[in-house]
Amino acid sequence: MTTLAAVVGVGQTHHRAKRSDVSMAGLLREAVDRALADAELTFADIDAIVIGKAPDLFEGVMMPELYLAEALGAAGKPLLRVHTAGSVGGSTAIVAASLVEAGIHERVLTVAFEKQSESNAMWALSIPVPFIMPVHAGAGGYFAPHVRSYIRRSEAPNHIGAIVAVKDRQNALKNPYAHLQNPDTTFESVMASQMLWDPIRYDETCPSSDGACALVIASEDAVERSGIKNPAWIHGTQMRSEPTTAAERDQVNPHAGREAAAALWKQAGISSPIDEIDCAEIYVPFSWFEPMWLENLGFAEAGEGWKLTEAGETRIEGRIPVNMSGGVLSSNPIGASGMLRFGEAALQVMGEAGEHQVDGARKALGHAYGGGSQFFAMWVVGSDKPDH
Amino acid sequence: MRDVAIVGFAQRQMKEFDGSPTCVELLVPIFAELFEQTGWTKSDIGFWCSGSSDYLAGRAFSFVSAVDAIGALPPVMESHVEMDAAWALYEAWVKIQTGLVDTALVYGFGKSSAGQLRRVMSLQMDPYTVTPLWADAVSVAGLQARAGIDDGQWDEGQMAAVVARSMSDAADNQHAIRAGATTVDDVLAQPMYADPLRRWDCAPVSDGAAAIVISAADTPAFDRLPGQAAWITGFEHRIEPGALGTRDLTVSSSTAAAGAAAGVDGIDLAELHAPFSHQELILGSALGLGDDVRVNPSGGALTANPMFTAGLNRIGEAAKQVWAGTSQRALAHATSGPALQQNLVLTMEGRA
Amino acid sequence: MTDVGTLHAPMKVEFDYTRSLGPTLSEFISGLRRRQVLGGVLSDGTVAVPPPEYDPQTYDAVTELVPVASEGTVQSWVWVPEPVAGQPLDRPFAFAQIVLDGADRPLLHAVAVDSPDAIETGMRVRARWADETVGAITDISWFEPEGDGPASSPGPEGEAVSGIIAPVNLAYDYAASPEESKFFRGLADGKLIGQRCPVCAKVYVPPRGACPVDGVPTTDEVEVADHGTVTTFCIVNVPFTGQQIPIPYVSAYVLLDGADIAFLHLILGIEAADVRMGLRVKAVWKPRDEWGTTIANISHFEPTGEPDADYETYKVHL
Repeated sequence: MTTLAAVVGVGQTHHRAKRSDVSMAGLLREAVDRALADAELTFADIDAIVIGKAPDLFEGVMMPELYLAEALGAAGKPLLRVHTAGSVGGSTAIVAASLVEAGIHERVLTVAFEKQSESNAMWALSIPVPFIMPVHAGAGGYFAPHVRSYIRRSEAPNHIGAIVAVKDRQNALKNPYAHLQNPDTTFESVMASQMLWDPIRYDETCPSSDGACALVIASEDAVERSGIKNPAWIHGTQMRSEPTTAAERDQVNPHAGREAAAALWKQAGISSPIDEIDCAEIYVPFSWFEPMWLENLGFAEAGEGWKLTEAGETRIEGRIPVNMSGGVLSSNPIGASGMLRFGEAALQVMGEAGEHQVDGARKALGHAYGGGSQFFAMWVVGSDKPDH
Repeated sequence: MRDVAIVGFAQRQMKEFDGSPTCVELLVPIFAELFEQTGWTKSDIGFWCSGSSDYLAGRAFSFVSAVDAIGALPPVMESHVEMDAAWALYEAWVKIQTGLVDTALVYGFGKSSAGQLRRVMSLQMDPYTVTPLWADAVSVAGLQARAGIDDGQWDEGQMAAVVARSMSDAADNQHAIRAGATTVDDVLAQPMYADPLRRWDCAPVSDGAAAIVISAADTPAFDRLPGQAAWITGFEHRIEPGALGTRDLTVSSSTAAAGAAAGVDGIDLAELHAPFSHQELILGSALGLGDDVRVNPSGGALTANPMFTAGLNRIGEAAKQVWAGTSQRALAHATSGPALQQNLVLTMEGRA
Repeated sequence: MTDVGTLHAPMKVEFDYTRSLGPTLSEFISGLRRRQVLGGVLSDGTVAVPPPEYDPQTYDAVTELVPVASEGTVQSWVWVPEPVAGQPLDRPFAFAQIVLDGADRPLLHAVAVDSPDAIETGMRVRARWADETVGAITDISWFEPEGDGPASSPGPEGEAVSGIIAPVNLAYDYAASPEESKFFRGLADGKLIGQRCPVCAKVYVPPRGACPVDGVPTTDEVEVADHGTVTTFCIVNVPFTGQQIPIPYVSAYVLLDGADIAFLHLILGIEAADVRMGLRVKAVWKPRDEWGTTIANISHFEPTGEPDADYETYKVHL
């Protein structure tokens, strides 16, 4: 690596089901303007822009970054558009970080957005393909069988998903940007909600949101020349991919996620993640993915993740707080959801997470996944510069 | 900057590919050909990156199945841009510059013939005020061509000369779709289509896939290569505003800026990604290419323009000339977006 | 049976997108509904139509909108000899860049003329407004040479337009891969044809253009049974646009005997609540005269009545 890089600005929208007050450009500018203000910078300071979003079919615009060049402050500059399915918000931030780490740019603006209310994600993800059975039913229909497999394999009690859901929805009440703000959500109300994609209940699923997230990533020199005293230093970034389906492919504890995590911990100099990571923002669109990813990431042994959840260890005051912001379960602008995880991890180690701040957080994980649990992107950020 | 070279290139293109929109069937032999060229196996590849478009295929996550062609278990470090694969090559080059990886295989693919290409491309325009008119890609290019003709920047004779040279040069390119010895008079004898454009002024609808392998010099895998290397000396890209009406369509400021940053001095060959004949004239001016620079010896995009790989193909075609020693210092260019909105310039050289 | 080429089928991608406009576009589109064109004042003092939401140089929001004329001058044009669906005219016409009087930057729109000889750069044109304006760029039906047709009257006043509906309808020719085509053609004969990867020897159903582990096409044909084991499943209770099967239904991964990978199908003939992992099921084929080259020849799978498969026999397929 040529230089260290750090997050110096974080911005996000107020995520809602329908942001009918803004256009797509207006939506992402809300996040961009906040990130620039947080970094005490203007567009003139930005060398390049990296944008990510999920499928173009969601908004019905082919490569929307082209028409958004002015809104992104990109006209006259380099602009890259990343698309790696649901992990895209994370991989976009990683591409932006690599432009700085490679010594090519000093300050890069990265943005991810989704305006889901322009269409309907269930439709876009379930367009029938000729010759095959039209049994597909969106992301929930895709993941529910694998959640069932996890429950069978780990012998977890069937209320673990509800514990996650109520925790994340209560956390969301401490995050003014979160989409769902339901103070009445209780364990009982989650358990009583409709089985949508059995074994996944309505309250155990993410909402459909309009929203955006933006980060400013700067080189070590640029950080030192700035007024930012609490940057989030990037300690490691990793991406791994594997096929959607393959004979005997592990869909519950995917190989790609395990490998990415192992490489990440090594890169960040971490030998015991649960002891050395202070909090984690993990991509959990269906509540059961919290225990599944705790295992995949190495916070728990295979089959043991649900015990951390059940014991309350993933609450803000627990041993490994997870999704302090309310997570994907409380706000899901799909393309931005990964970057929100990366950005919320940065906010924690910057000490700027407000009411959902974990006391003394100095090292945090941001995580995203996509496709059929096959694309993984993750980073570790810290209050201190990395040792290596 | 680490020294990085283009060490492998393979391509397939055709008028209509009879196979799946994921183009896996094209990628498998292309990857095999690259392993043949480099003597490597997939475990020598540190990073994989691809470029493609969901709207070309007509379905969300169309790039996901292409990962099968890699054989991605054990998993691979991999990324994807919704852009021409030339920009995927840029992402891979950046990744090598960070030091995290030493080598990369970059691929692009697209089956333009699956839909009505020029109509699909109107979804790239402003979705509130332009796409509802279905302003198609040929029409937008035609407005650009007319603006230059009316302004005296070029004329139909110059456009025809670009076409004639491209088709004639493509006679030696087995991958070209439209090729054969052609004169300016042959071109001008063709009827107008989208006046001021003749059909030959517009790239043929093309399907295809292509891939490039790059390697850092300071890695043991490089030492195992049989020898061909085109060293990357500059790699830059820029975008212009999306609102067509606010741009001067007769020039390409983004190409000029990318070219200046990449450094065009001493170039003896240029592969320019110009899907319309007049665009080659715009690009040549923007880059300040002299008469001594050989342009598009492959025939260029006017003779085959597989969407999302045609830019990467320009880089591969230029590298082939450097490998063969027929160019010492070459420039390759890729474009994206309506009327040359976004442009990339890569310069490379041969070393003894 | 012919085995030439791959199987093709038409595929449609159709949705009416609902676009909220935000302040700048809302003002512009609201103007169109009352038959008034507004331009945006850019940072360099020029007036652009339509107003860009953000300035191309300063990137600031464009907030100052001014009325411009519905007449103007053709700055550039192109002939459209073969209009595509959705364009303003369904007969040959011109697209043009038109600088409206009072504006500096051109608007892209259609000009209705009969031939390319009837239009030239510098020609004066004026908007032909739609009989009923709804708040959309298509409230201007097209432009026509000045002097043609009746003068327009102002459109209705009303509340600001905050959104537009933007239909996107695309038609594609979908092709299966050669390997998949073999599988689907086999189905037309009532056979389930898989292929073995020449490297790892796993049997893929359907066969694959690339074994996802080894990156080579599957090759040796293997006919597999039309019965197997439910590895895992979900019960779909959620309705959605485009859904083809009435809810609730069980979508299950079925591992056919002889295959090394499960595929998704529908389970019937048993209460949804009684479906379980390890359930042994068999294909229920539609009547032979309804068969085509599709997996839908199998109407669904239903229990065989055999004892459930032992978890150990399918756990590596989860």
